[in-house]
Amino acid sequence: MSATARDAPRSRQWERPNIPAGVLSTIWLLIVMVPVYWIVITSFKSSANYYSTNPMLPPVDPTLDNYHLVIESDFIRYFANSVIVTVGAVVPAVVMAFMCAFAIVRGGNSRYLRGVNALFLMGLAIPLQATIIPVYLIVIRLELYDTLQALILPSIAFALPLTILILSNFIRDVPNELFESMRLDGSSEWGTMWRLAFPLTKPALVTVTIYQALQVWNTFLLPLVLTQSPDKRVLPLALWSFQGQYSVNIPAVLASVLLTTLPILVLYVVGRRQLLSGLTAGFSK
Amino acid sequence: MTIPALAMFIAFGIVPLIGVFWLSMQNWNGIGPITPAGLANWSSMLVDPTLYSALWKTFVVMGLSWAVQTPISILLGVFIAGHQRYRAVYAVFFFIPLLLSSAAISIAFKALLDPNFGLGAGLGIPWLSQNWLGEPTLAMATVVFIVSWQFIPFHSLLYQGAIRQIPTSMYEAAQIDGAGRLRQFFSITLPQLKYTIITSSTLMVVGSLTFFDLIFVLTAGGPSDATRVLALDMYLRGFRGNLMGPASVIATILVLLGLALALLLRRLGGSDANASQLEGA
Repeated sequence: MSATARDAPRSRQWERPNIPAGVLSTIWLLIVMVPVYWIVITSFKSSANYYSTNPMLPPVDPTLDNYHLVIESDFIRYFANSVIVTVGAVVPAVVMAFMCAFAIVRGGNSRYLRGVNALFLMGLAIPLQATIIPVYLIVIRLELYDTLQALILPSIAFALPLTILILSNFIRDVPNELFESMRLDGSSEWGTMWRLAFPLTKPALVTVTIYQALQVWNTFLLPLVLTQSPDKRVLPLALWSFQGQYSVNIPAVLASVLLTTLPILVLYVVGRRQLLSGLTAGFSK
Repeated sequence: MTIPALAMFIAFGIVPLIGVFWLSMQNWNGIGPITPAGLANWSSMLVDPTLYSALWKTFVVMGLSWAVQTPISILLGVFIAGHQRYRAVYAVFFFIPLLLSSAAISIAFKALLDPNFGLGAGLGIPWLSQNWLGEPTLAMATVVFIVSWQFIPFHSLLYQGAIRQIPTSMYEAAQIDGAGRLRQFFSITLPQLKYTIITSSTLMVVGSLTFFDLIFVLTAGGPSDATRVLALDMYLRGFRGNLMGPASVIATILVLLGLALALLLRRLGGSDANASQLEGA
C-alpha cells in the first residue's frame, strides 16, 4: 500500500476501486435508468399493443403515432407558452439579481444594503409556495388572472433570493484592485458593473440562468392556481391535463412526458458541466 | 441598483408573506368580498383533527425522505467525486431525474407502478406488483421513494463538490497511519462534510414542506387522505373547498415551520458559515 502511495503520490484514496460504493452506484444507476428506459421504449409502442406486450421489452413495430397525437393536442402552443414564461421570468430575474448583488458587494457596509441583503437571505428560508393564496389575490387585483404575466411576475420574485446569493458570492471573488483601477480610470459604478463585474461573473450568470430556467420550466403550482384557459397552459400543466384526458393511453402520456423534457435534455447535453459545477459552487461557498 | 429586485421581491414575496398572516384572519371564498373573521379560522383549525393528521404526515414524509436520501446521497457523492472515466459516465445518468418536472415524474411512476401492467409484470417479480398507490401505508412509502428518486441527484451533487474540497493530504496522512478505508470515511470524510450535511438537510427539510406537485399528481392526497400533507391540505381547502381563511392558517403554519426548522438547523451547525444557504429546492 505504502509503495503505491510513494509511486503515485497524486493518486487519491478514493481512486482505488471502492467496491461498496461501486455496487451501490450500480444499483442506483439501475433505479434511475429502468424508469427512463421504460418511458422511452413505451412512448414508441402503439396504444393497442401496450396492454398485451411485456412492458419492459422494446416495441416490435415502433410507431410515432403517440408523438403525432401529442403534437396535435396543441403542445406547440404549450411549448411556446413555457418558453415565454421561462425567458420572461429568468432574464429579468438574473439582471435584477446581478445589479442587486453588485450593489450589496460593492457598498457592503451601508445599513440599507445590509438590510437588503438580510431580507433576501430570509427569503431563502421561507417556502415561497406557501404564499400562493395572497399571490393569487394580488394577481386577481392586478387583473392578471389567466395571463402569462401572472406566472412571470411571481416567478421573478421567487428566483431572486438564491440568484442574489450565488451572484454576490462570485462578485466578491473579483479582486478589489480591479475595481480600484477601474475607478482610477474614471469609470462610473454603472460602467464598472457592466464592463468589469459582468464579464468576470459570466460563468456564474450562465449557471444561475440555467438553474432558474429549469425551476420555472418545471413549475406546476403557479400555473395550476393562476391560469385557467387551455391557451394559457404551460407544459407541466398541459402534461397533467393530457394524462387526465388520455389516462388509458399510457404510450401517448409517456410521449408527452418525453417531449416536454426534450428541450431540457438538449440543454443538459450542451451545458452539463456549467450547470452542475456552478450549482455546487453556489452552495459550497 | 437594488430598487428593481427589491421592488419585485417586496411585491410578490414580502407582501404575500404578510398577506398570509392577514388572510388567516379573514373570511374569503376566493371570489367574493373579504371580511374580517378575527381569530375564528384559527380557533376552528386548531381543533381540527385533519390539520394534525396532515401535520403528522408532513413530518413522516420529511423524516423518512431525509433518512433515505442522506446516506445514499453521501455514498453516491463519494463515488462520483472520484476521477475515473466510468464514474463520470455514471454521473451523467445519475443527474437525469434533475431534468424532469415533478409532474412528469409522478405521471410516469403512476403508470410504471401499475400492479397489472407495470414494472412487476414486466420483470416477472410479483413483489413489485403491489397496489403501490392504492393502499395507505404503501402510498406513503411510494411518495418517499419517488421524492428520493427525484432529489438524491441534487444532494449527491452537493456532496460531490464538498468531498472534492477535502485536502488529499488528510487521506495520505491517514494512510500512513494505517487507517483503512472505512476508518478514513468515518474519521475524515464524514466530519469534513459537517456543513454540507447541514446545508443539504436544511434544503431537504424546508423543501419537503412544499412537496405539492408530486403528491398532487401522484395521489391527490389519497388513498383516503393517507398522503394529504400540509401543502396539499392548504390547496384542497383553499382552491377546492373555497375556504381561503382556514387555508391561510395552514400556509402560516408552513411559513413558521420553514423558518423554525431553518433556524434550528443553523443552530445545530454551530456556525453561520452556511447559514445563508437555505432554499426550498
